[in-house]
Amino acid sequence: MQIIKLIFKNSFRHKLRTFLTILGITIAILSFGLLRTVISAWYAGVNASSASRLVTRNAISLVFPLPISYKDKIRQIPGVKTVSYGNWFGGVYIDEKNFFPNFAIDPETYLELYPEIVIPPDQQAAFIRDRRGFVAGSKLAAKYGWKIGDAITLRGTIFPGEWEFVLRAIYKGRDKTVDETQFFFRWDYLNERLQKTTSNRAWQAGFYMIGVTNPDIAADVAAGVDKTFKNSLAETLTETEKAFQMSFLSMSEAIVIAIELVSLVVIIIILAVVANTMAMTARERFVEYAVFKTLGFGKWHITGLILGESLFITMTGCALGIVLTFPAAKIFGNEMSTFFPVFNVTIETVYLDAAAAVMVGAVSAIIPAWRAVNIRIADGLRSIG
Amino acid sequence: MKIPFSYSMRNLWTRRLTTILTASGMALVVFVFASILMLAEGLQKTLVQSGSFDNVVVTRKASSSEVQSGIERQPASIVETLSESALGTDGRPMLAKEIVVLINLLKRGTSKPAQVVIRGIGGHSLPLRPQVKLAEGRMPRPGSSEIITGQSIAKRFKGGGIGETLRFAMRDWTVVGVFDAGNTSFASEIWGDADQMMPAFRRPVYSSIIFKLRDPSGFEKVRARIEDDPRLTLEVRRETRYYADQSEMMAKFLRILGMSLTAIFSLGAIIGAMITMYAAVANRTGEIGTLRSMGFQRKNILVAFLMESLLLGFIGGCAGLFCASFLQLFTISTINFQTFSELAFSFTLSFGIVCKAIAFSLIMGISGGALPAFRAARLNIVDALRTV
Repeated sequence: MQIIKLIFKNSFRHKLRTFLTILGITIAILSFGLLRTVISAWYAGVNASSASRLVTRNAISLVFPLPISYKDKIRQIPGVKTVSYGNWFGGVYIDEKNFFPNFAIDPETYLELYPEIVIPPDQQAAFIRDRRGFVAGSKLAAKYGWKIGDAITLRGTIFPGEWEFVLRAIYKGRDKTVDETQFFFRWDYLNERLQKTTSNRAWQAGFYMIGVTNPDIAADVAAGVDKTFKNSLAETLTETEKAFQMSFLSMSEAIVIAIELVSLVVIIIILAVVANTMAMTARERFVEYAVFKTLGFGKWHITGLILGESLFITMTGCALGIVLTFPAAKIFGNEMSTFFPVFNVTIETVYLDAAAAVMVGAVSAIIPAWRAVNIRIADGLRSIG
Repeated sequence: MKIPFSYSMRNLWTRRLTTILTASGMALVVFVFASILMLAEGLQKTLVQSGSFDNVVVTRKASSSEVQSGIERQPASIVETLSESALGTDGRPMLAKEIVVLINLLKRGTSKPAQVVIRGIGGHSLPLRPQVKLAEGRMPRPGSSEIITGQSIAKRFKGGGIGETLRFAMRDWTVVGVFDAGNTSFASEIWGDADQMMPAFRRPVYSSIIFKLRDPSGFEKVRARIEDDPRLTLEVRRETRYYADQSEMMAKFLRILGMSLTAIFSLGAIIGAMITMYAAVANRTGEIGTLRSMGFQRKNILVAFLMESLLLGFIGGCAGLFCASFLQLFTISTINFQTFSELAFSFTLSFGIVCKAIAFSLIMGISGGALPAFRAARLNIVDALRTV
């Protein structure tokens, strides 16, 4: 009990220094937490995708479409439960910087494949009735202030022209991992206009989404789909949705690695700051440690004093940092919603924060404690801080 | 009467551990600061060098990249007549109608796929891009399934090297040459005959038309002529502008990342420097009192302590830059969010970045040292001499 009291009192002997150190740790833990959240946001698409859904696309690359006739052929393959299809539309709302993913989809089958997209039944019926209707995520609708019944125009980049839509439904995610910034409209609306303007681009799907009867046979189904279209004019590449999302991420791996490195650097910087504080503190108190030794206290007692103080300071900063991470993540998530539609602080991040703080506290105490323990009593009494 | 500079130097030397810790904290911040600037610079350089100011890129209206664009053969011929492009060495207009598509290729070693740009070229595609040189092998023969690859493709992708074959679009294509495109984005491209690519990919349209202006200042005239033509729905941009537009999102991302990281990190480092300098002042109160009683003035003390923290920052800055300069050996390959194609660029150190990083480290030193230095200068002589 006495030693706890001593650690607490020692920590506040240099109020300014302790305050600055705690502030430094708070900032570092805050930024570390945000960086970890950025990384998990990067993988949000992968975590939200399911292993029982397959994506079929053109084997050459995503920019090549597949004929719509493949739909019925895929449906006949054993193990396939539902087939849906869609196109990445890539439209621009007013200005290029208002980026959000927009797709042309086949409404009934797509919503059946994605139970995590929750739409009120009356809105869903309205969307299926209206040829020009579209569904927007609740975050997206809130961001631009869209209300049900509003008319929205997108400028096509892949499919030229001005495209008019009417907001018929707003979806919410079933849980926090669902991206609520997407925009879905009807594939047949796109197809009708293409028939009028560029008929050679009509009757094509950018990708097929396949729901399988049982996740265990997903690999066999994928192989079956690709075998069906082998040596045709449009060969396919089928993989689970998770793998599909991962392949996108692996292309931007360099950025993720950079962010991971940077989050390590944050920890090292803060380690330097805390270690510095502890080195000074110990240096100033060599006389006291010598007195402790003279009174017969052992080396573990002295180590405990230094380590305890170091941990006390780091954990205080860490707790503050963790508390601040949540509001900061909220603000950051809203600002960067075009880059990171899903931005949640996970519990792992909090654990990592705490682990990093404990490590910093322990490592910072090593050298000062070692020096304090090994100094000869006479030298200690003689030393000037 | 100034306090000699060596006083500050020797103080740092006396408390070596503390100096090393503080300076290394600062060095890390400068390292991150410099590395992000170097990345942005590398990206900039890659894109600026990819485009020539006198070249004009024509794409379909509203398509942000060549991959999304499509120009039918007839409008392409109309552009050819409207362009009034410069004449090449063979006396024909320097104009190339190109087709650009993306394909998936596997990287060497890792077998990870990446999206690579394939460019179907015309006769003038190479002279239109003076920064691209054939490094080994020869140009593909028109009308054959031969291709040449950029040096970065040759190095990093399976089947990309000279003499190897790549399979795409249901054909085997032989690599007959490797071109060196320096730091440009062409280094991650594959080139072949446009008239072979079109039927192979079943895409009977050109993606873009590139031509060189006959009169470099006549861009606006040419742009108006092509964009206002009622038969065409095309967009005309200078090539430099086109490549800048391509990477707007990437550049913005790097900017935001860089700004926020630098802001947060420098706060941490300034706090570190402050702790060190406050401790230095507290430990040397007696010394300061002695100096004052010897006749040094408040401002001399202030300057001496500021010097010390500047020196700390400078040491950190130099160390950080030294480490950052090794980053130039690395190339970052990532996906360009806007074109979905592979984009490779390397860390580039320029004189401007060196200046910025050193200035940044000095500012960190000053901001960390200012308050402690003022405290040192304000000390009362008698009280200072009394402290043990």
